[in-house]
Amino acid sequence: MPDSTYKAATPKPLVEIQGVHKFFGDHHVLKGIDMTVNPGEVSVIIGPSGSGKSTLLRCINLLETLSAGRIYVHNDLIGYREVNGKLHDLNTKAIAAQRREIGMVFQRFNLFPHKTALQNVIEAPTQVKRQSKAAAKLKARELLEMVGLSDRANFYPAQLSGGQQQRVAIARALAMEPELMLFDEPTSALDPELVGDVLEVMKNLAKSGMTMIVVTHEIGFAREVGDTLTFMDAGVVVESGNPREIIANPQHARTKEFLSRVL
Amino acid sequence: MSTPARGVQSSGGAGGVELIKAVPVRHPGRWVGAAFILLFVALAIQSLVTNKNFRWDTVGKYLFDVLVLQSIGWTLLLTVSSMVLAIALAICLAFMRQSDNPLFRYVAWFWVWFFRGTPVYTQLVFWGLVAVLFPKIIIGVPFGPEWFSVNTETVITALVGAIVGLGLNESAYLAEIFRAGLKSVDNGQMEAAEALGMRRSKIMWRIILPQAMRVIVPPTGNETIGMLKTTSLVLAIPFTLDLTFVTNTIANRTYLPIPLLIVAAIWYLVITSVLMVGQYYIERHFGKGVDNVMKAPVKEKPPATTDPILKPRGNNLA
Repeated sequence: MPDSTYKAATPKPLVEIQGVHKFFGDHHVLKGIDMTVNPGEVSVIIGPSGSGKSTLLRCINLLETLSAGRIYVHNDLIGYREVNGKLHDLNTKAIAAQRREIGMVFQRFNLFPHKTALQNVIEAPTQVKRQSKAAAKLKARELLEMVGLSDRANFYPAQLSGGQQQRVAIARALAMEPELMLFDEPTSALDPELVGDVLEVMKNLAKSGMTMIVVTHEIGFAREVGDTLTFMDAGVVVESGNPREIIANPQHARTKEFLSRVL
Repeated sequence: MSTPARGVQSSGGAGGVELIKAVPVRHPGRWVGAAFILLFVALAIQSLVTNKNFRWDTVGKYLFDVLVLQSIGWTLLLTVSSMVLAIALAICLAFMRQSDNPLFRYVAWFWVWFFRGTPVYTQLVFWGLVAVLFPKIIIGVPFGPEWFSVNTETVITALVGAIVGLGLNESAYLAEIFRAGLKSVDNGQMEAAEALGMRRSKIMWRIILPQAMRVIVPPTGNETIGMLKTTSLVLAIPFTLDLTFVTNTIANRTYLPIPLLIVAAIWYLVITSVLMVGQYYIERHFGKGVDNVMKAPVKEKPPATTDPILKPRGNNLA
């Protein structure tokens, strides 16, 4: 890499979101979003329901297609190939390859119900990366231990609590060794007493240096773990910066109003 | 919970709790109904035993007759091969119905419309006559030179005609069952698998279809049992080796239709029973992780959106 010499001065962003718009029919959900996330950074996105924060996250790994703008992950244009200023759709194989670098955790876990926790975790490594079952299982047991579920490896999702299911889902995403993790309201579907375990796992993941984009309502998590905080409302970024500063002293009236309701 | 209940002790209840022992409501109507049913059952059994016209000796004579046993083999062959053909076609059709390519969707729709919309008997007669319509099967370039040709009769024998006829007709019904099954799987499963970088075909075979099978298997078992009986229509081809045709032939030869109908009925019942046992195990396999899961650890409420604080915003797009 030629840019390794000045890497220390200005880190190359891992994620670059440039002028992203999204329409659902006539509904203008994202209205020109710009955002960058540096390697190792934890970027927290907050905002009211319908502000477009989940849609933005889903655009990053192409669960939604963009209406306008560009998203780069690791300098790789997501979803398209640009030839002489013209965009060409990527084929499904190339899209799948891009998604492999990006782990995603969903609000409703979406574990595979017909597979045990361990089988959920080894599914993608064995089927996509063609790892041997033995190697994948070894790694999977490490990951399940990391999320505090080594004793639940052979349980089906229906036998696990919501918090446990979400931690398995995190282990499943990590098994592909992604360089970026997306969390889409990971604790919103959980009973309050189960939220802490999931946040703890995410906190440890952040400490280990994983780049994370987290859409959440957990302001405490944003303050404690976040490197940057972005407040979105009605499809635009209202303000973004240091989480502790924004939470303590929001500059915008809308941010102030939102924080007063959730704090 | 952990504090022992005081006051109520040794009252015969569980853990010192006095259980309710109420006098049940009496249901005289149920007893009268049961008596009637038992009476009719007794009459039916008496008739089966004493009515000479059933000719149980003839039933016994032909139940294990070589011709009958062979015909069971043919009936099973027809049932299994036409169902295998139908399932293979139905999976293709169900995927085609979900395709991004509109032509695939239209073709699959047309197929279901046509094969469900015409009687299976008519279709079987057609397959018997296909050699009249197309005397030769030709392999070559369309509208161009011919490389190879064969007489239709040598390819579409009565057996092949029966299997193809039954299989194509059945595929239309199964396609709808498979489509319902695929639709029953939560969209989040597809998204989770896509987010892991899995390819479409892998997702279908390893994630979606196994879950859809829970919905697909019971009606498909139903269709298989239906197919067992539908094979009796292959005389339309005509294919003349199946259970119904053979027992009919014996009945016509011996002038004893009733005992031979009973022979056929017994064998259809036996095969159906075996199929039902098979279905039980298939259902158990695909119910893994969902049906009859022992609820070991914490049971939790289904997910609900938990930001009542944000409700006044009234903005409803997650």
